[in-house]
Amino acid sequence: MRTFYGTELPNPLMLGTAQYPSPAILEQAFRESSAAVATVSLRREGAGGAGQTFWQMITDLDVHILPNTAGCHTVKEAVTTAHMAREVFGTDWIKLELIGHTDSLQPDVFQLVEAARILTDDGFQVFPYTTDDLIVGERLLEAGCEVLMPWGAPIGSGRGLNNEYALRAMRSEFPDTPLVVDAGIGLPSHAAHAMELGYDAVLLNTAVARAGEPATMARAMKLAIEAGQLAHQADPIEARDMAEASTPVIGKAFLT
Amino acid sequence: MTLYSVIGAGVAGLAVASELVSRGADVQVFDPGGPPGPHGCSWWAGGMLAPWCEYENAEEPVLRLGQHAIDWWAERTPVKRCGTLVVANGRDLPDLRRFARRTEGYENVERDKIAKLEPDLAAYGKGLFFGDEAHLDPRKALQDLYRGLQDQGVEFHEKLAPPQLKNAIDCRGLHAREILHDLRGVKGEMLVVRCPDVSLYRPVRLLHPRMPLYIVPRGDGVYMLGATMIESEDSSRITARSMLELLSAAYALNPAFGEAEVLEIGVDLRPAFPDNLPRIRRLGHTIYANGLYRHGYLLAPALARGVADLALENKHSEMVDEDRA
Repeated sequence: MRTFYGTELPNPLMLGTAQYPSPAILEQAFRESSAAVATVSLRREGAGGAGQTFWQMITDLDVHILPNTAGCHTVKEAVTTAHMAREVFGTDWIKLELIGHTDSLQPDVFQLVEAARILTDDGFQVFPYTTDDLIVGERLLEAGCEVLMPWGAPIGSGRGLNNEYALRAMRSEFPDTPLVVDAGIGLPSHAAHAMELGYDAVLLNTAVARAGEPATMARAMKLAIEAGQLAHQADPIEARDMAEASTPVIGKAFLT
Repeated sequence: MTLYSVIGAGVAGLAVASELVSRGADVQVFDPGGPPGPHGCSWWAGGMLAPWCEYENAEEPVLRLGQHAIDWWAERTPVKRCGTLVVANGRDLPDLRRFARRTEGYENVERDKIAKLEPDLAAYGKGLFFGDEAHLDPRKALQDLYRGLQDQGVEFHEKLAPPQLKNAIDCRGLHAREILHDLRGVKGEMLVVRCPDVSLYRPVRLLHPRMPLYIVPRGDGVYMLGATMIESEDSSRITARSMLELLSAAYALNPAFGEAEVLEIGVDLRPAFPDNLPRIRRLGHTIYANGLYRHGYLLAPALARGVADLALENKHSEMVDEDRA
């Protein structure tokens, strides 16, 4: 079993904490999802204790906390935010997000690699939000990352796995690295799909938080992820072009 | 006759006082800040009476309890009943569909109808029109309540309420958090601009995945742009990011907003409980009424009724979540 910087997760769901209608609904969603990790975004204006009440609610969820650098556009911003997160939550984990494009929120992979190197040197355990590019993946590992988090589709788009081929290639290229599909999940079937490909976890937020019934969707995600994980472990059959009867034909009694 | 002491003269306190007086009770009000003003967060509100729009991202009581607010306010202050228009830019049309799915009380409107309702938004091809919604000027509403209560003989004390007051109703918002430990502040930022080049007749909401904007006309070319919702309890100032987002959303709605003068910047904290719904609690001699969140004007009448039911008739409305009299 692949671990995340030595931590084994009881459940392969990482759930975001943004955009819920209320903290009470956020808490219900976490309970229903059994998520093992909560990602939380640190806006700089929350510094100095101003965001403390909300952050305490997240801490009270009693799951692993993965702070992120959401909304950062430069290496400097991301590094500053990461340091602040370490101070607030007392964890070396950081989901490194470096936005390169305002409309697609696509990661700026060049800055991402640079920031990953700086943060690793500073003792952080970096979870980089990246594209499905293999070379970028390699560079991130060289920079010291021990986890890769390729996107399924742009953040919040709910489009599922846009490029299954690339995600498969990533899985086979990095067989020993924990891989997480991060972003783009809209439906439980998307999450199941990621797990069927052999991914180690799924990270999602909008699909649950902006659903009409977040807690119900959280449960649906949990069940789908479990189904996908089991399916992968069970070694699914290969797809084929023609039917293959499940009972042998030869020797079968027949009527004329 | 029992004298009830309302502590706090924001929208919650004044609504409670007004409801109590209208049921024949004797009331006095304490607020060291004096008459309604920028020291209370309801001063900075939008003043939309929009239960159907709010229901998109709120729980059912907001829709049900909020519907009575329009008539309650209309008895006390001018209320404009001309609906709300919700629009989205082309790329955000999925958000418009979702909005429609999550609520009720609207009609789908297309370019012709939008142009008829709001000629300055004729560029929008699709929208939702919530014809039964209304809005008011929050500052005028507070002043009208204040003066109305004074006219009815209610005494206002410009000082802290004395401790151990009997029959007290604490409506101090976030100041009551030393007692109400599950109360938190949610930062909101707003702007008031003057833009005579744009004419809007009713509150307009522009859907956007990151920063949903509403614009409320205040008359004479003055508009309130609101409002951010940030889980932060620092109300010292607006950030450049928030200001940029508010202004660029307004600019996207109609580029003429680029010429607007910025008259005011408002920043304050909304008092909220974990489910973002208001609560009434009786602890000893004090009734606490709090947690109106972003629904100050929408839910204050229901909160006030709930308080009056409890104080005068010992009736427990659904907002009462604790009673240790």
